[in-house]
Amino acid sequence: MTTTTRHSSGPTHALEVAPVSPLTGLGGLLRLYGRISRRQIIIWVLAIGLSVAASVAAMKGVYPDQQALDARAALLENPSAVMMTGPAFALDHYTFWAMVANELLLYVLVAVAIMSILLMVRHTRAEEEAGRLELVRALPVGRSAPPTAALLLVALANAGVGVSVVLGLLVTGGPLVDSLAVGLATALTGMVFGGVAALTAQVTEHAGSASGLALGAAAVSFMVRGIGDVVDAQGSWLSWFSPFAWAQQTRLFVDLRWWPLAVTLAAILVLLGLAAVLSRRRDVGAGLRPAAHGPATATRSLPDPAGLAVRLVTPMMVAWAVGLFLFAIAFGSLANSLQDMVSEIPAVGDMVPLDLDDLTTSFAAYVLQMLAIGPLGLIVAGILRLRTEEQEGRLAGILMAGSSRTSTAVRWVLVVALSTTVVQLLLGLGLGIGLLQATGETSWLAVMPLAALAALPAIALAGAVTVALYGLRLRLAGVAWLLVIWAAIDTFLGDLLDLPDVVRSISPLRHVPLVPDADLDVSALAGMSVLAVLLVLVGLWGLRRRDLAAG
Amino acid sequence: MTTTAAVVVDGLSKTFGATRALDDFSLTVPAGQVTGFLGPNGAGKSTAIRILLGLLRPTSGHAEVLGMDPWSRAVQIHHRLAYVPGDTNLWPTLTGGEAIDVLTRSERGQAHRRRRAELLERFELDPTKRCRTYSKGNRQKVSLVAALSRDVDLYVMDEPTSGLDPLMEAIFTEEVARLRADGRTVLLSSHILAEVEKLCDTVTIIRAGRDVESGTLAQLRHLTRSTVAATFEGDPSQLEGTVGVHDLVRDGSRVRFDVDDASVHDVLPVLTALEARSLTITPPSLEDLFLRHYGDDLEDDGAAVTGQVGSAP
Repeated sequence: MTTTTRHSSGPTHALEVAPVSPLTGLGGLLRLYGRISRRQIIIWVLAIGLSVAASVAAMKGVYPDQQALDARAALLENPSAVMMTGPAFALDHYTFWAMVANELLLYVLVAVAIMSILLMVRHTRAEEEAGRLELVRALPVGRSAPPTAALLLVALANAGVGVSVVLGLLVTGGPLVDSLAVGLATALTGMVFGGVAALTAQVTEHAGSASGLALGAAAVSFMVRGIGDVVDAQGSWLSWFSPFAWAQQTRLFVDLRWWPLAVTLAAILVLLGLAAVLSRRRDVGAGLRPAAHGPATATRSLPDPAGLAVRLVTPMMVAWAVGLFLFAIAFGSLANSLQDMVSEIPAVGDMVPLDLDDLTTSFAAYVLQMLAIGPLGLIVAGILRLRTEEQEGRLAGILMAGSSRTSTAVRWVLVVALSTTVVQLLLGLGLGIGLLQATGETSWLAVMPLAALAALPAIALAGAVTVALYGLRLRLAGVAWLLVIWAAIDTFLGDLLDLPDVVRSISPLRHVPLVPDADLDVSALAGMSVLAVLLVLVGLWGLRRRDLAAG
Repeated sequence: MTTTAAVVVDGLSKTFGATRALDDFSLTVPAGQVTGFLGPNGAGKSTAIRILLGLLRPTSGHAEVLGMDPWSRAVQIHHRLAYVPGDTNLWPTLTGGEAIDVLTRSERGQAHRRRRAELLERFELDPTKRCRTYSKGNRQKVSLVAALSRDVDLYVMDEPTSGLDPLMEAIFTEEVARLRADGRTVLLSSHILAEVEKLCDTVTIIRAGRDVESGTLAQLRHLTRSTVAATFEGDPSQLEGTVGVHDLVRDGSRVRFDVDDASVHDVLPVLTALEARSLTITPPSLEDLFLRHYGDDLEDDGAAVTGQVGSAP
């Protein structure tokens, strides 16, 4: 980096000032940002690396021979499978590692994209929005130093993830060169989305919108690649518009070629260059797109705590509803292909509870249970938003306007519970649509939404636990996430790990009968419903008695 | 309104773990008056106010707001009370106008709409902007418009002018005067003595969780001393004999001294007789007052602001 003075021409006294580089203070800032985000980065790096190693190890158990692999390859003839995994290379001679690339790579790329976006926005627009950038820029720090420090931090995080992915593959016996290519592709794809986030951080004034836009771009990339690969299972012209495709088109473990990563590298440079140009065109604190105006008065329903709750949780609910609905359709339409596959790989039965006699029905029931983790997390997140309202002092404002604690909390919980119910029904409907597409039987359209209702008591129970913890003690509320995490572990890994029943029964989803495959066990559902009501009452009782956090 | 008290607090204590935020604290807010609630940051002002609002439950002691227990009858009280927090946090995705309507949910009717529009105009607040784009001052205005547009008996304000520019502060002062003229009761907390002096009939001073002084401003006059700096040619020795003059320092033709506020009218003729060429009288700051009366060193360099003041023990 050369040191230049901006005022080298013209008759000013600027020459008396010591020449300062635009990157002055970079080292200190990088250490500061690293100190702020080191825990998150370490968690991402370890989580992605360990998941890779664990998944490969698990897959080795499920696909022991060529026959199993051929069955898995046959699954890729189904468009939904291609959409949710990746382009299919070498299907006529499918290898274990080719399958690993199919099964795993896309999700590693998605994870690293999310990490890069969150990290980049956190150290650019979020700092700026909070006014901390102003503070930093008032120090003897070059104008390019803060964004460069953020960029270096994201690059370091991506390098860390790349290395951990390579290690995860090598310890499970992956071929060296291809494993290195996976790591490089992962890190570079992460940087592309870091670049996208650097760009969106210039456009909006609000950190939430910046990461929302960037995550939206990642979602569009996901869809574009999926549709492109459906057009041609080896990737069509459309696939090439998605950064995810560039990583996948290296044909990892099949016929490795490096040049698609040059596209990735070029995209990173273009995005970062664009972000740098845009950043020079605006003032600190401002966005390129001015914030839009809104209504000057509230609608009739907004001032009511229920109306306010609807307004505040709707964006989250809609996003989840769309995602789960599309996911459910895709999963449902896999039903047919799966049938062929399972008949050839009996080991799949050890991994998920499938009944070989009526495979489609038991598949539908399992997918339903798996997807119910979404609404389970959603209801917890929705109720925890009330905690945020309290911590930010906004709950006090609602109370001062004349609502009681109990009625505010009850309305909030009802709004969250009802909208979660709608999401769960949509999820069932999506699964029904997918199954209809796969089997041609219209009855699925009615059966699956009804079957989805069976999970509601378990979902309500998770919500009620959150209400109880929140009501008793504000700081306890976050513990409710452990229940969701446990339900996910139990659903995905319970059979594989052969967990004891006592431990498994902690997951509320464990008590949901696998309808439509199994009979409806009303007693378990009634028990969970009663417990949920009691826990909500405990929460309300606690909330009436304790001090509020801020106000 | 009768002449009874709107707020009565007696022997109130509140502990958070090992911290004692309020310790045998008492306060009376007479109905129909503006009462100042003065204390440095961290003295327990917000804790006391949040007990009055029913957000916190007192550890011991008695509190009554509008004749009701603030903990058990919070909702009834909130229908007759409006509150301005010191640091307003609003819903980022709502517009300012929407936030105001949420905060004034119980108010309906034409009169409220008119008052709301009038206040928006007076405070120059754009209600169509999203709350996340507001500066601290503008968020504070949202709170003020919401509270002042409510038609209630008691207005509780916790450092309401923080973040406001002087012009908006002046409008706020007018609005509070209007409330008093209208017979409403106001409890106004502040750490700025001048603000309380400007607005309040009676003042309660809180320090380290206890009420240390309470009374009308006239009664509290003995607490406050202004600093006088003057330049004149005459002999200042006669100033030394004047009642109410303390700590006289002479530097050539310039003198500096402190004067009891109650004695200012005795000192001014003396200065006139001395043909003073320049004269500044600096009102006392809360820091000076605390330093003089309680020996608190609130800020390490606080005393330097107004020059020589009585030495702290």
